[in-house]
Amino acid sequence: MELMPMVLYAGVLLQLILAGVAAAILFERKVIGYMQLRTGPNRHGPWGILQTVADVLKLLIKEDIIPHAADRKVFVLAPIIAFVPSFAILATVSWSENLYAADLNIGVLYFIGLSSVTTLGVLMGGWSSNNKYALLGSMRGVAQMISYEIPLVLSIVGVVILVGSLNLRDIVFFQESIGLWLFIPQFLGFVVYMISAIAELNRSPFDLPEAESELVSGYHTEYSGFRMAFFMLAEYVYAIAISALATTIFFGGWLGPDFLPGEFWFLLKMCFFMFVWFWLRATLPRARVDHLMNFGWKVLIPLALLNIVITSIIKVWMG
Amino acid sequence: MELDLYFSNYTYVIIFVLFGVALPVVSLTFGRLLRPKNPYDDKLSTYESGIKPTGEAQIRFHVAYYIVAIEFIIFDIETVFLYPWAVSLGQLGWVGLNAMLIFILILALGLGYSWKKRVLEWN
Repeated sequence: MELMPMVLYAGVLLQLILAGVAAAILFERKVIGYMQLRTGPNRHGPWGILQTVADVLKLLIKEDIIPHAADRKVFVLAPIIAFVPSFAILATVSWSENLYAADLNIGVLYFIGLSSVTTLGVLMGGWSSNNKYALLGSMRGVAQMISYEIPLVLSIVGVVILVGSLNLRDIVFFQESIGLWLFIPQFLGFVVYMISAIAELNRSPFDLPEAESELVSGYHTEYSGFRMAFFMLAEYVYAIAISALATTIFFGGWLGPDFLPGEFWFLLKMCFFMFVWFWLRATLPRARVDHLMNFGWKVLIPLALLNIVITSIIKVWMG
Repeated sequence: MELDLYFSNYTYVIIFVLFGVALPVVSLTFGRLLRPKNPYDDKLSTYESGIKPTGEAQIRFHVAYYIVAIEFIIFDIETVFLYPWAVSLGQLGWVGLNAMLIFILILALGLGYSWKKRVLEWN
């Protein structure tokens, strides 16, 4: 067991992910810009390519303010708690047939289990700030995230039933063997997954925890400088991770025509999901909080349960 | 060999967690050299749209949040049962299927009851 290559892999991946987040933020601003007939950022470097770099540098030299009334220890810990799981879940993503780190046989469970820890960071950040907007934002955020975690988790059960394994690589190999991406036989599960993933990521139209028109900026109102940057970073890394999971379980992972390597197809599919999040943000207005909660409990959870019942009956019927 | 592979997989997990902790800790520590530090009372007061903050923010909040949390725990435990069942459904056959359908039915009845009791309403 060689430790050095492992550390190297994790270190390189961390840097790639940071670069990916920088690219994703630029991509988001450009996409939304063009959708609203603007050009988006275009001052820093050609095509605004250095915009995110400039933003990060600016955040780095901003004063770090911890309010008097805040609960200092929890306040400092919250962004770290929010960031760590979002990066740690990437350990189990298999980028291609040969490029992967941890080949866990409980991959799906590890993924969804660890990703729900992010909720704790939101709660800690909002509560410790001792600020009314932050508290409201974090309470809303937690209620929303735990409500939509259930349909998110249930929507994957259909895939697990069909494949008979929790290993992310087995799921891709299964899709290779039947020659079909699982979003077709699991269409209902896929739709439930996509909707609850948006709510889980706190992205528009379900960005109520950060509803800037009513809550300033929600749970991280009191955060400034690099601490705030880590909340934003966690959000984007989590978006990348959720896109990677969707790619793996519903879109056949690295599968694609042979003339290009598997990593390319994986990244292409992942970019497609990222694009969908941005597209929805530019298209839909923010949902109302009571509508959001009702929709989760009264529509998505029954649909996800229905999907499990249908899939399991078909599975046993076919043998 | 098998066990070795098992451990190396979880070593990756530990390394990833350590890197995840190291990045914020290191960048915030070294950031101290770059950022200014000029705190005074007005700057460190709680933000409340520019006026003087009144009262505490860490108050008791609406009971609806607790009810959602309780509902969440019930369904979260359901998923704990669903996952191992889903993996082994191929071998369990009709017996396993019927058992789980009854389980899901009971939970669906519970969801229907809280729906009827207007617990899921949010206002």
